[in-house]
Amino acid sequence: MTTKMGIEVSVAIGEAVKLANADVVAAYPITPQTHIVEHLAELVADGELEAVYMPVESEHSAMSACLGTAAVGARTFTATAGQGLELMHEVLYVASSMRLPIVMAVANRALSSPISIWGDHSDAMAVRDTGWIQIFGENGQEVIDNVLCAFRIAEDRRVLLPVMVHLDAFHLTHMVEPITFPEKSKVDQFIPPNEYPLPLDPNKPVTMGGFGPPPIYSEVKWAQEVNLRAAKEVILQVWQEFGDTFGRYYSPVEGYRSEGSRVLLLTMGSFSETAMAAIDKMKSEGKDVGLIKLRLWRPFPFDEIRQAVKDAEVLIVLDRAISFGGPGGPVCSEIKSALYQQERKPKVIGFVGGLGGRDISVAGFEEIVSRGIEISETGSSQEFEIFGVRE
Amino acid sequence: MVKPEGALTWKDIEIGFMVTEPGSASQYRTGDWRSQKPIFDLEKCIKCGLCYIYCPEGCIRQNAEEDFEADMYYCKGCGICARECPKDVITMVEEEE
Ligand code: SF4
Ligand code: SF4
Repeated sequence: MTTKMGIEVSVAIGEAVKLANADVVAAYPITPQTHIVEHLAELVADGELEAVYMPVESEHSAMSACLGTAAVGARTFTATAGQGLELMHEVLYVASSMRLPIVMAVANRALSSPISIWGDHSDAMAVRDTGWIQIFGENGQEVIDNVLCAFRIAEDRRVLLPVMVHLDAFHLTHMVEPITFPEKSKVDQFIPPNEYPLPLDPNKPVTMGGFGPPPIYSEVKWAQEVNLRAAKEVILQVWQEFGDTFGRYYSPVEGYRSEGSRVLLLTMGSFSETAMAAIDKMKSEGKDVGLIKLRLWRPFPFDEIRQAVKDAEVLIVLDRAISFGGPGGPVCSEIKSALYQQERKPKVIGFVGGLGGRDISVAGFEEIVSRGIEISETGSSQEFEIFGVRE
Repeated sequence: MVKPEGALTWKDIEIGFMVTEPGSASQYRTGDWRSQKPIFDLEKCIKCGLCYIYCPEGCIRQNAEEDFEADMYYCKGCGICARECPKDVITMVEEEE
């Protein structure tokens, strides 16, 4: 039976992992991810989830343990945040290069120093080149649905790649939201048993993560790149099937009142919710502005982004991370590069804001939009502007 | 291995570059790395077997005549055998181009 209840998003993720019949959870607790793994530890201890819970001594070990369990064909889940994701960094590359379908919830957290347990996208952006699929959730329901989809996507024979499901620290992890949980039998159909094609098996030995000298390394890396790009087709299929089964449809890029708008604002993650309220207010005041929400970050949805913004004159992008000494925000610079060769494209104006858990209110988004329009007319000597920093 | 590494295209790469043929590392010609080769002056050899023990490639064997010799398919020319031989049986000489 489908159930709807008010539940903390982190706890709901634990429930979703249980619905997905994970075999192994290997994790190290870190704020603000803690409630996710605490709940999973409880579910395993109470016998509600028949899985192995591996408490390890660090995130590096957590991801290393996940390599092993995914390699034997066990359905593997973990979760982390901020510094924890950074400590995993080198192992993340191994997971994707060895084509191991691990699902990980990332409670997006700012990076030290100064120490911040609060949210931004610095951690997520620092791992964008590790070869994982990265999906950003806007609200609790999206996160839950995408945790379910992530297992399907990761384990699909055509994909076999690890997936991060990103949710913003506190704005999502610690919110109590109304969540609809799908029926268990339907989830079982939607996520069939994991049939990893070449598992570690003493009767049929394979070598994983072997040696790649110069005559072969480039071929291996290109095969990996082609595979990650091709995964987009499968992601689209899985989202379509999820929608047909459970009634909630997802796409890599989603417009909100964006059709025909001269000015577009682009956000990723939980801030899209506030941005929608700001768009409603501005629309009601007769302002010609709409919202684009980016959900799929890797593989980057080039075609969908180009299609979504091609008719606009101004595109204002909000990043929650800085690429120090570089072009500003990673999202903005990637969108600029996706549009550069296009004949018809909007002016792209970049803002960085919401760092280390700083809120951006409806009024804040209004300010960003009006300043963005101003810059589009007058130009700016800066690569990007930071929003809300006291002068 | 069906094809040698240098002939594989990216489409030939197994999932995650896995090696599915057990023991295929024995096909890897570490001899290609060699710039010097060991020459044995067997007159002096006391058959202590230290060269056999120390060779990191495990490529020194006694042949049918019980003489110690290195398998040039694997010998990478590291010179450890020459260094460890107590009787100076082994000399490293430059490989010709
Ligand atoms: S040179 Fe090195 S690899 Fe060659 S036989 Fe001697 S010890 Fe073994
Ligand atoms: S170490 Fe020298 S003396 Fe001993 S077996 Fe080898 S070649 Fe002969």
